[in-house]
Amino acid sequence: MADNVSTETAEAPLAESAILDSRWSAAARALRGRLYLMTLVLMGLLVVIGTAAGIHAKYIGSLHAYGVSREIPWGILISTYVFFVVTSTGLCLVSSIGHVFGVRDMAPIARRSVFLAVATIAAGFYVIFFEIENPFRMAVYNVISPNLTSNIWWMGSLYGAYMVFMSIEFVLLVRKKYELATILGFLGVISGVAAHSNLGAVFGMLDGREFWYGPFMPIYFITSAMMSGAAAIILFTWIASKMSGKPMDEPMKRALEITTRLGVLLIAVILFFTVWKFVIGFAGGEAKVLALDSLLTGPYSFNFWILEIGVGIVIPLLLYIKSRGRNLNLMALASAMMILGIFFMRYDLVLVGQVVPVQHGMQVTDYQGLLSYSPSPHEILVVLGGIGLVGFTFLLGEKIFSGHKSEAH
Amino acid sequence: MNQDQENGEKRENGAVTEMERRDFLKLGLAITGIFAGGTLLSAVSVVDEVFANREEIAEHYPYKPHYSMLIHQDRCIDCERCVAACAETNNVPEYGYRTRILEQLHPESEGRQTEFIPVLCNQCNNPACVRACPTRATYKDGENGIVMVDKGKCIGCKTCMSACPFNARYYNEETRAVDKCNFCYDTRLSRGEQLTACAEACPAGVRVFGDLSDPESEVYRSVHNIEKAVWVLRPETGVKPNVFYTKG
Repeated sequence: MADNVSTETAEAPLAESAILDSRWSAAARALRGRLYLMTLVLMGLLVVIGTAAGIHAKYIGSLHAYGVSREIPWGILISTYVFFVVTSTGLCLVSSIGHVFGVRDMAPIARRSVFLAVATIAAGFYVIFFEIENPFRMAVYNVISPNLTSNIWWMGSLYGAYMVFMSIEFVLLVRKKYELATILGFLGVISGVAAHSNLGAVFGMLDGREFWYGPFMPIYFITSAMMSGAAAIILFTWIASKMSGKPMDEPMKRALEITTRLGVLLIAVILFFTVWKFVIGFAGGEAKVLALDSLLTGPYSFNFWILEIGVGIVIPLLLYIKSRGRNLNLMALASAMMILGIFFMRYDLVLVGQVVPVQHGMQVTDYQGLLSYSPSPHEILVVLGGIGLVGFTFLLGEKIFSGHKSEAH
Repeated sequence: MNQDQENGEKRENGAVTEMERRDFLKLGLAITGIFAGGTLLSAVSVVDEVFANREEIAEHYPYKPHYSMLIHQDRCIDCERCVAACAETNNVPEYGYRTRILEQLHPESEGRQTEFIPVLCNQCNNPACVRACPTRATYKDGENGIVMVDKGKCIGCKTCMSACPFNARYYNEETRAVDKCNFCYDTRLSRGEQLTACAEACPAGVRVFGDLSDPESEVYRSVHNIEKAVWVLRPETGVKPNVFYTKG
């Protein structure tokens, strides 16, 4: 409309088109403002509803509120926790390339990434708070009665430290104390990698569960964390740029270009891991084959082929390559798809590890075939609450820290 | 009698020595190793390579009494009195169980085609649940080897439930802790009873409860008898159960 007017009245005084332009941009700004506020309120509502559902679940008991059972004790809340902390660790690792390890081209994404790493780990803790039956006991006995052979203990303690390091690092970045921030960032990387590989080991060290057991899990967790981190950085930077209404500056575009290349590499590595997990798994015991079949042809095949492989891996890989790291809209679309796909990767990883009953080899009639689980409304609301928390914190962060503008350091 | 005095000493001394534990692990390996090899031989022939005689074996058990259970699988008729007695004794809620009876069908079998397998916590010597618990809420009792739960410390992360290769654990909403069989330690053994509720309730003599470190006990004699086929569930997981199965 504005363009039309300005071309038809080419002879008209400049002032007129300038007024129209400014009216147009004022309208756009107002629209953006309204959209921002609406999204912020929506995200806030999700947190409120999720929290209410979580508290209600605690009140009536997980037996009634959640879909988990004796046979499948870990459901969508565990997988969503994993999803959030995977993303957080990934944000920390990918952004550390710039602000910890000194690759200057990656520096522009530092502040937002560190902020989002804190937001996503907080969302992870939010979800796990409602998953754990007695979170207050955890706070006490993790300290006074630690079990050093327990991966859960290490994971919890290290992620606690990680969150502190990352929060301090963010404050230091805001205050432009870059040298100190680098040290804190390094501590964040160390604790994040240690915590996250321990999370992998929580599953990998359960030798009664063939689908998970082995050294694969910690390695896979770290790699897929970086893949998630790359996707999150691209998507959130794109949203932030749309929110601000200003075109992205060149250093930021350059940083996203490198992030996209990294994303391509990591997707390829994950694809490689996935292929070998299946090939090796099919040479394994019957219980493992059953679990893999549940992904390939069984109840998890839609999740696996469509959501994990299609939406989470193949299409984003093609879009990333097609974008050449310069087509921001394409990259953002690919990243959003990847994040959705990764959410289901985590879900499948947690659930498929449990669907084959431990009594499978005993050939008893009580446990024939696969066990089943579906998320309850309470669980889904808590998951949405976690998503709301990330969205709310992100939106607020963009306003408070005015787009996380940061200079190279 | 001599054995009893020694038991007393053990209790006063508290935990077992590392050497004893290691020796027992060797023994456990021998027991489960035979089954994993595919032959249902008795454990004792291999055990004899490590220990000279029965007294020495008994002495090397890391726990005194070393509580264990021998289940005569073919005797079970699925009357489930054990399950009811357990629930009553240990306040097990409707939605949970500490012990239950599984059913195996063998349509190809001559004669009897159904077999029932009573299952409960195996009180493993190398318990996956104990390793996984972040707060040591579940632990291996230093005296009698029972895998216990300190309810007040349980955070309800349910890692022990995922870790257990036997699905022997469930979350108890009332006590706000993961619950499992403890051989009726708090409800019976510590009050002077000799048997678990399930063993006492069984009308068919399926569940033989006893001290594996006592050469006079039936569990000892059966587990260490070359004539008897004795096995454990899921030996491949390496957890070294203390619940043994046999027939006849």
